[in-house]
Amino acid sequence: MDFGPFLLLALMEGTVMAAVLALTAVGLSLVFGVMRVVNVAHGEFFMLGAVIAWFVTHYMPGPPAVGFAAALVICPLLVGGVAALSDTLILKRLNYDPEATIVATIGLSYIFQQAALTFYGPDARPVEAPFDLRIQLPWFGYSGYKIAVVVAAIVILLAVWLLMTRTRAGLIMRATQLDRTTARAFGINVDRVYAAVFALGAGLAAVAAVLIVPIQQAHYLMGHDPLLLSFIVVIIGGLGSLRGTLLAALVIGLSDGVISVFFSPTLAKILATLLVAMVLVFRPQGLFGVKQ
Amino acid sequence: MTRALALHLGVIAALFAAQYLLPSYHQTNIARIMVLAVFAMGYNIAFGYTGLLSLGHALFFAAGLYATGLGIELAGLSAAPALLLGLIAGGAIAAATGVLALRTSGVSFMIVTLMFAQTGYLTILYFGTYTRGDEGIVINRAARAIGSLDLSADTPRYFAALTLFAIALLINLMLTRSRLGRSMIAMRENEQRSRMLGYNPFRVKLIALVISGLYAGAAGAAYGVLFGYVGASFATIQYSILPLLYVLLGGAGTTLGPFLGALIMFYLIDISSGYTTAHLFVVGAALLVLVLFAPKGILGTLRERAVKWLP
Amino acid sequence: MAAIILFARGLTKHYDGIKAVENVDFDLTAGQIHALIGPNGAGKTTFVSLLSGRITPSAGTIQFDGADITRLPAHSRVARGIAYTFQITSIYANLPVFDNVALAIQRKGSKHLKTDTMAALARVGLDKMADQTAGTLAYGHQRLLEIAMGLSMNPKLLILDEPTQGLANSEIEAFKALIRAVTPQTTVLLIEHNMDVVMDLADQITVLNFGEKLATGTPAEIRANKAVQTAYLGG
Repeated sequence: MDFGPFLLLALMEGTVMAAVLALTAVGLSLVFGVMRVVNVAHGEFFMLGAVIAWFVTHYMPGPPAVGFAAALVICPLLVGGVAALSDTLILKRLNYDPEATIVATIGLSYIFQQAALTFYGPDARPVEAPFDLRIQLPWFGYSGYKIAVVVAAIVILLAVWLLMTRTRAGLIMRATQLDRTTARAFGINVDRVYAAVFALGAGLAAVAAVLIVPIQQAHYLMGHDPLLLSFIVVIIGGLGSLRGTLLAALVIGLSDGVISVFFSPTLAKILATLLVAMVLVFRPQGLFGVKQ
Repeated sequence: MTRALALHLGVIAALFAAQYLLPSYHQTNIARIMVLAVFAMGYNIAFGYTGLLSLGHALFFAAGLYATGLGIELAGLSAAPALLLGLIAGGAIAAATGVLALRTSGVSFMIVTLMFAQTGYLTILYFGTYTRGDEGIVINRAARAIGSLDLSADTPRYFAALTLFAIALLINLMLTRSRLGRSMIAMRENEQRSRMLGYNPFRVKLIALVISGLYAGAAGAAYGVLFGYVGASFATIQYSILPLLYVLLGGAGTTLGPFLGALIMFYLIDISSGYTTAHLFVVGAALLVLVLFAPKGILGTLRERAVKWLP
Repeated sequence: MAAIILFARGLTKHYDGIKAVENVDFDLTAGQIHALIGPNGAGKTTFVSLLSGRITPSAGTIQFDGADITRLPAHSRVARGIAYTFQITSIYANLPVFDNVALAIQRKGSKHLKTDTMAALARVGLDKMADQTAGTLAYGHQRLLEIAMGLSMNPKLLILDEPTQGLANSEIEAFKALIRAVTPQTTVLLIEHNMDVVMDLADQITVLNFGEKLATGTPAEIRANKAVQTAYLGG
């Protein structure tokens, strides 16, 4: 293949990557923005989404599309439920002390991994794509499903944006983010908002995972990379800034896609993690954030 | 001799005696626990005493482990200089990390240290030609000796681990009694006030982190020589969480907490693996229970309730 | 005229356009007790925080003991002899009383840390409580401990932010005696709301209002100053 088409392929792969990453990272960013909680278990919510998607599609009768559609609904609900429960039972009791919550979410991530290992097993298993369509470009064929993933991610992100900016629920979340004491004084049930935000963040990770399972297989340790990449995106985008997160997801997703095609993926990861550390050290407001 | 010194010497003496009482299987376990406890003691110096919650100490442990392992396997060093190299590597990497990471604090510090450790892990994989990546290196038995002392054999290995542990523990005790130790605790308790007493927080914290790195490096180096295996898994996030877990369990900011935590956790997993394969659950549940119900750990709670003089 | 130990020229601090301290010139005579007064929100704490280095100025310079310290971090200023005690008691609440003062004393280097620390505690009458956890002391004792930490650094300049707040009358008398005893070896700058304490102790008074210097003078001059009366009485 010539360089031009090769680069195009790399960019397309990067876009798929960026779309899924944006969904996952926006979930992490929401949780950090509203609750000031660094959720180390976020990758495990992603993993649970994928594993549950396997169960749903495996046991759902009918054509793959039906099972997949069911997974798209069931996975975020279940994972969101688990998240809300974790928030109420654990994080709330810690009074959202930053360091204690990190230790607690590390604990949770081990427990979720164990749960997946025990009930799902150590194997990586594929989930069948809901449809099989190959789009033939002049230079290579490309999976229609991957393009659908990008479209779906954009639709969901738009929905999140509408939720945050155009609805009462979004207003309440933003009010809580600005000042939780004042929000409480205005009669907002902060506990419930926190549980809902934690569930929403986890749900977004789960949806991202459902979208990706037909491309990547479900595995109990698969949460590691999305967590790390989401961290990278959220930090570079500016902690808690949704717009910055989206922009960073695009940049990181695309460059990761391109760099991985042309260079060693390990080297790409080394550079990305180092970049994050340096951003936090020298530009804590993120590359795209504004200084507060 | 103070009560505290007597207690510490007592623990060392008990571990010395244990060598003659324990069957071989537990002897190896205790040797391993003592080395891991040194790692946790180092972690405790940063976290428990100075208040630096790092999520990247695997980097310092791995620095010691790989400096020693590669020193032996690639550079043909003998064990003694290789161990020294490991110690220095731990301290040097901690210094380099600290100079950058200590510009941040709190949650940012946790993430920055996590990212540096991840970079270290990936670097080990990247240079797989030398490190053999995940598969790791088995250090040849002949090199695992100091003079005529074969450190791969049970008894010398146990005593080598005990020697390292005893030195580390007594230095730790001295440190808590020293002016430096007091100024480290002052950083944990009230950084603003300390600054207004004329302490440079960056300097004190950097010194603490370097000492912490020297402990971790020494533990890593010893682990390589005593158990003969150097692998990338020791650089993963799990090995950054492990000392945190030990310290939280035993009691942050107590000299004997890291050892107690390592001992209990090790045997908790060892015994539970007889009944279930759910190690991850044991670790996760332990973290949750500790952070929810006993944030001061066993010795921290004991000190608060009863034994006030416990260092 | 005695030597000036510290002076500030054009000292300014803005927060997002709010002028907390605006173009203040300020002279501190060595060995004197200088009081800083002004209505709430006049910028007194911001001003002394600029002097002690807890915050950096937007503009202006500060000289201390013959050297420009405008850009020095707080801990280096402390090393040069500026001690600062906090308005809201800032002690090591979880540490023993002994350690609180020992931390102050060991910093400047002491061969006999234990005796020196006990002596410093005795000076404020806290030596009997050396082993007690500082956070469990009565409020008045915590204030005394805070002052003891400041004094035991043997500073050239001691900045006290509302030291008598929350003290009983008898404790205030003891405090006044303590402060008189450290001058003239130590220069004292204090922010104080209690006018009796100010008029009784201060050699010089500076009045701040809306971040600007309104007047400087002896207690008698300040009492007679029309502008000060207006600012205080809102007339």
